[in-house]
Amino acid sequence: MSSATTPPDSDPTGRRRVHSMLKLYYGLNEEGTAAEQAESLDPCDINGPHFDPEVYLNKLRKECSLGELMDHESCMVKQIRSLDSDMQTLVYENYNKFISATDTIRKMKNDFKKMEDEMDCLSANMAAITEFSARISGTLQDQHAQITKLSGVHTLLRKLQFLFELPARLNKCLELQAYAQAVSAHRRARCVLQQYSHMPSFRGIQDDCHVIMEQLAQQLRQKFRDGGSSAKDLSECVELLLQLDEPAEELCDKFLSHAQSRLEADLQGLEVELKDSAVTDTDILEFIDRGCNEFVSSLCLVIASYQELFINRPQEGELASKNIPEMANGKLHVFVDTLAARYFSLVEQRIQEEKGVGDNSLLVRALDRFHRRLQAITKLLPGSAVPSHGTEIVVRAARERIKQYLSALQTFYHDSLTDVRQALAAPRLAVGGANATPSLPELLTSLSNFILNQLKSVLASVHLFTAKDITFSNKPYFKGEFCSQGVREGLVVSFIKFICQSSRQYCESAGDRGGSTPPALLLLLSRLCLDYETSTISYILTLTDEQFLVQHHTPVTPVTALCAEAREAAQKLLNHYVKVQGLIISQMLRKSVETRDWVNTIEPRNVRAVMKRVVEDTTSIDVQVGLLYEEGVRKAHSSDSSKRTFSVYSSSRQQIRYAPSYTPSAPMDTNLLSNIHKLFSERIDIFSPVEFNKVSVLTGIIKISLKTFLECVRLRTFGRYGLQQIQVDCHYLQMYLWRFVSDENLVHFLLDEIVGSAAHRCLDPSPMEQSVIEVICERG
Amino acid sequence: MEDDAPVIYGLEFQARALTAQTAETDAIRFLVGTQSLKFDNQIHIIDFDDENNMINKSVLLHDAGEIWHISGSPAEKAVLTTCYSKTSESRVLTCAAVWRMPPEWESGSHESPDDSSNNPQTLELLCHLDNTTHGSVACVLWEPMGDGKRVISLAENHVLLWDLQESSTKATISSSATLEGKGQLKFTAGKWSPHHNSTQLATANDTAIRGWDLRSMSQIYCIESAHGQLVRDLDFNPNKQYYLASCGDDCKVKFWDVRHINEPVKCLEEHSHCLQCHMILQKSF
Repeated sequence: MSSATTPPDSDPTGRRRVHSMLKLYYGLNEEGTAAEQAESLDPCDINGPHFDPEVYLNKLRKECSLGELMDHESCMVKQIRSLDSDMQTLVYENYNKFISATDTIRKMKNDFKKMEDEMDCLSANMAAITEFSARISGTLQDQHAQITKLSGVHTLLRKLQFLFELPARLNKCLELQAYAQAVSAHRRARCVLQQYSHMPSFRGIQDDCHVIMEQLAQQLRQKFRDGGSSAKDLSECVELLLQLDEPAEELCDKFLSHAQSRLEADLQGLEVELKDSAVTDTDILEFIDRGCNEFVSSLCLVIASYQELFINRPQEGELASKNIPEMANGKLHVFVDTLAARYFSLVEQRIQEEKGVGDNSLLVRALDRFHRRLQAITKLLPGSAVPSHGTEIVVRAARERIKQYLSALQTFYHDSLTDVRQALAAPRLAVGGANATPSLPELLTSLSNFILNQLKSVLASVHLFTAKDITFSNKPYFKGEFCSQGVREGLVVSFIKFICQSSRQYCESAGDRGGSTPPALLLLLSRLCLDYETSTISYILTLTDEQFLVQHHTPVTPVTALCAEAREAAQKLLNHYVKVQGLIISQMLRKSVETRDWVNTIEPRNVRAVMKRVVEDTTSIDVQVGLLYEEGVRKAHSSDSSKRTFSVYSSSRQQIRYAPSYTPSAPMDTNLLSNIHKLFSERIDIFSPVEFNKVSVLTGIIKISLKTFLECVRLRTFGRYGLQQIQVDCHYLQMYLWRFVSDENLVHFLLDEIVGSAAHRCLDPSPMEQSVIEVICERG
Repeated sequence: MEDDAPVIYGLEFQARALTAQTAETDAIRFLVGTQSLKFDNQIHIIDFDDENNMINKSVLLHDAGEIWHISGSPAEKAVLTTCYSKTSESRVLTCAAVWRMPPEWESGSHESPDDSSNNPQTLELLCHLDNTTHGSVACVLWEPMGDGKRVISLAENHVLLWDLQESSTKATISSSATLEGKGQLKFTAGKWSPHHNSTQLATANDTAIRGWDLRSMSQIYCIESAHGQLVRDLDFNPNKQYYLASCGDDCKVKFWDVRHINEPVKCLEEHSHCLQCHMILQKSF
């Protein structure tokens, strides 16, 4: 203990070392220890765990001098002392703590003893209480049973009272029209009454109740039938009736028939308007508006309240088992379908009356409204076919519209053609004022512009159907089929085809009816078709495709097919033009040959007037065709075509050819020679198709005319002067016609043939001198 | 037949009249009438021997004038009619006459065909169909399948029905009809329908085709503007009574149902040259 009193507190580092060693001993690890541990591996570290006194001593002895060793020894002794004192302090502290703990335990022991006594006392008391309680409940048990019984009787009595009072109460309710209370009261009593109905008194009550309830039901039904009551009243009514076991089906029927009468009134109103619409001409938008506002909205109301009443009502108890919603739903569908069908037929009738193609937007808006309002029904009645029928109507209306537009376009086309026809006829009526009437190219451009503009405006009108703000425009029909089959094929392609076809009809009908169509119109149409082939068709179709974003799911008519058709029509028209013009000139020539007595004619002094007329007409045709068609190519002319001597006897070639005709000895030779000559000359196709240029057209006309001339000459018999007249005429034609044709040899050949045939058919073939012919022709 | 070379027969003169010898049932025989202003015209009798693919010909002299139409009697092989133009007093008139072939032509031609052309026999005139009051005759039609007693001549705008009496040596007009209208109407062709007991006739003038009932001598139908240009010829379908074919200068052949005359039943437009069709030989339709 003495050593503990002198702790070497002077050295703080020594204290810390002691502290750490204690820590080490108790297994406490400090962060600082890691560094010390590294050193403490050294066996010479006196504080390390691996300290080896032998090694340490040896080391000291080897390394240190004596003085150092002495110092070291005294230091070591000092440290040992301080360590001893530390230890003593610790032991002392611990001892004190232990003593105080012993004192506390002793005190606790005394307290527990006291508590044990008290607990004993408590348990004794509890036993006494239990005993008392048991005794009390034993005494009270009888009374409790009696009370329970009494209360049961009380309830029963109250119930009975309720029952007995029921008829009176029901009556009162009936008087006060508190139907709901009456029904709930009756419902409560109903089972009991049913159960005890074998007892006379109860039976009486039941019967009374029955009578009253019957009355009540009657009143409810009356109320229901009157229908003037509000929706809420009505729904209450229905609910009560349902609770009164009224058959739900009947109720549905009644409700619906009631609604039907109102809706039919609406429909009749519409019908009347439909009939009057012809007189009062209300537009279709008003009609649809009225239909929507009156019929569709009240239909929606009916559907909504009906669903409220019969379908969406939470069903409880026995009512749930009857599957009312399903039945009611079926009825509703039938109801809605029948009424909607009538409505639709009215709407459709109205739409069909909409024939005027002036303003499409009105119809589209009306259809849009019609379609939009039907969406309400979709929301109310998800499974209903009504909206899809509505869409069908819209689709039908759109189809119908396209057809109407097509026919409108066709009428327009006919009308413009009639205008053109009149414009063409005008100059003939007023020869003096020819300048006032538009020329052929002007007519052509104005006609094609008219048609194009009309087509564009129709496209714009039809385009309304696919506008974004129109509800039905996103239906598949309007996205696909309407654009490709409807607008492109049904409208545009059909119209182009119609143009071609009607043009072709001009060729066919006019051919038989003797040129009822003015030839200029044929020429104009031919040019129109040709223009269509080259540019207009592709322009129109591109325009359509762009406007309607046509995606071709189904095969459509390609542009090339239409172009081919247009070209064919143009070709036919031009061919026909040639035929008609050829026929006109042919007729002139034919009449001139047939009506003349060629045997007894006088010596020719002039070119016949008809030949001048032929040349004049040909020139005017040339001008006419030149207005619309290009010049075209022709074979090179001989330097002096008009002066060519083609007459039978002046050219040496023909001298050989025809001279033998007058030597009776050799008729065979003539024929042989001329036939051989024919074999080698070019064959002429009189009615061959012409090309799209002026020269080809004129060549065709001249070919036809001269061929007719030839055929007529072959049927006649000529005198001497008759032949000479033909010579003069042919020379005159030769002088003027060569310039119109592609190959002047053709004219030469045909005219040679004519003169040759005339000579052959001549009784006294003595031809005129070429010089005389020339003089006559130049004079005329 | 297809393997055989085509048979060609050449005439000295131009010719416009050709007919089959209707009464001849055994041989295939055609009659051709020539047209020549300067020489005596001829009738060539052409026999086609289809077994040997050969042609035999004989020539008869027809010195009355150039022949525009020829037609054989349906009853007698040797009897035929011609329409010929006669130039007299510097006026050309087409007349019609009934002729009989000389009985010896057949034997003569077979023995020496060369001789017959050098020394042709002349037709025997039976009678004239006197047309001085009616103008030029376009054609003469025999009653089809008749007894050779009735002919029709089409003269200018008149239809004349003749009865031939005393073995065709005398002809009298039994009835006639006249086509009235503005302008100078002139029949160009005609055919006597073999149907309806031979009571119908079809004629062509200019671009119109007309049907006539021979009992009343009145027009029963008229196809105005049947062709764009002159109607050249027409013929009936021998098998179908209402069908009629026509050809015209507009290069078309059209088939008509005379009950529906607004539109042709069919229209052929294959030719690009004037049709010079003088006889439509229909076999079937």
